[in-house]
Amino acid sequence: MTFDLGEALIKSVIIIVFLLTGFAYMTLFERRAVARLQGRLGPNRVGPAGLFQPIADGVKLVLKEQLTPRDAVLPIYWIAPAISGVVAFLSFAVIPVGPAFEVGGRTIQPWLADVSIGILYILAITSLGIYGIVLGGWASGNKYSLIGAIRSSAQMISYELSLGLSVLGVVMLAGTLSLTQIVEAQKQVWFLIPQALGAIVYFIAGIAETNRAPFDLPEAEQELVAGYHTEYSGLRFTLYFMAEYINMITVSAIATTLFLGGWWGPFAPGPWWFLIKVAALLFVYIWLRATLPRLRYDQLMRFGWLVLLPLAVLNVGVTAVAVVFWG
Amino acid sequence: MAAIIDIVKGLGITFSHMLKKPDTVSYPEEHRPQPPRTRGRHVLHRYEDGKERCIGCMLCSAACPANAIYIEAAENDPAQPVSPGERYAKVYEIDMLRCIFCGACEQACPTGAVTLEKQTELVSLTRRGMVYSKEMLLEPLGQATRGSILAWAAPPPKPAVALAEDLVLPENRGAFDGTVATAASVGKANLPATAGTEDR
Repeated sequence: MTFDLGEALIKSVIIIVFLLTGFAYMTLFERRAVARLQGRLGPNRVGPAGLFQPIADGVKLVLKEQLTPRDAVLPIYWIAPAISGVVAFLSFAVIPVGPAFEVGGRTIQPWLADVSIGILYILAITSLGIYGIVLGGWASGNKYSLIGAIRSSAQMISYELSLGLSVLGVVMLAGTLSLTQIVEAQKQVWFLIPQALGAIVYFIAGIAETNRAPFDLPEAEQELVAGYHTEYSGLRFTLYFMAEYINMITVSAIATTLFLGGWWGPFAPGPWWFLIKVAALLFVYIWLRATLPRLRYDQLMRFGWLVLLPLAVLNVGVTAVAVVFWG
Repeated sequence: MAAIIDIVKGLGITFSHMLKKPDTVSYPEEHRPQPPRTRGRHVLHRYEDGKERCIGCMLCSAACPANAIYIEAAENDPAQPVSPGERYAKVYEIDMLRCIFCGACEQACPTGAVTLEKQTELVSLTRRGMVYSKEMLLEPLGQATRGSILAWAAPPPKPAVALAEDLVLPENRGAFDGTVATAASVGKANLPATAGTEDR
């Protein structure tokens, strides 16, 4: 495969536009879905069925003043949200949203890059997102921000291990780190079936990685005001907000790729199936948020190290034995 | 393990709410039905022949704990009476900013002229605008409703029901005739000054 700069640029723009739209409408989808789960109607005023609500929110956030606290450590305080925001986009580069297809004699691959170490790349990039949170929390010059940032990093360290180990089972079964080849390997049966435990561990760890309820301790309103983004407002806050939602989409997309057979599905073309699976996982995110209360900090740590990690190790061990004897 | 079952149960409960009709309504377009005894904005009623029920007796004004009702009564012109009584209310104003919507005026009214109705959205940009005049309160000519006074009326006595045999002493068996006796009506309230001391 020759590298085509023009094609890569077009694909990048499509991914960014798609993710930004996805983020905007994810906020609306979440508010409407949580409302229905709680017996309410949700925002339905702006446009038909509230469909223009994300635009109104966007305009509001752009027009808001961007405060800089007196004690902020300046260049870092400004750069930190950008780190989170940029890193959120990066991991989507290797996710295959559909099979390669031909248009006018030219093969189009609906992914930006098919890296031979796709999963490693994703794990590396998602781990970078924590820098935006830690630096932002520290540079705010606010104790709540700092506590939120420290909690976030502790949580990341605790759950990143389980996340990596849960992915390992899929890698062993597929015998490759490339995401397109992993999806190809699921043509007959989704890895959800042989890797059910791994899938569950991955999704729980993924929720913790994205700081979402019930693992949203870095933003625990009751204790920490808003956690690491307490001092951020306007567009800088939007970057953190966007990073959180795009990370949710990324985690769901990776779960789809690794466990739910990626683009495979009957009747409809591949990308549609990919989209449906990601949307279903995003709904599970919202569903969990509307159902479960936040964990206490010691419960979070105990669950991560004493339940999730042993389960992930067990999964890796059993998968390894199975691959050696029957694979 | 028990925790997992609890989580699944919780998820089931929240999902079942998603399938139900929402508890909230789109407020300005939709309104929740209000109970019949809702105490909102006052309405002055008329008789079938168009005469006003209000006879300008000022009992509502006197009963009002917030002093919200101002009335100027005038003698009826015998040729063209406004109300069936001797007098009528020439001026009848209720200050909705003072009113506490207790319904004492409705209870005090001997002719059922003033009732509190279901309109609770009372808005004005000025204080003066919140003083409702007689023209605003009076129902239009040709309309003769009773309003919420019917909802406040005492319910009819329950029909007589024979009590279960085994619950009642033999000498008291029989059907309850529906009459309600007070202590005064059976003479028990007319106690002598030394009441309660005889048996001790």
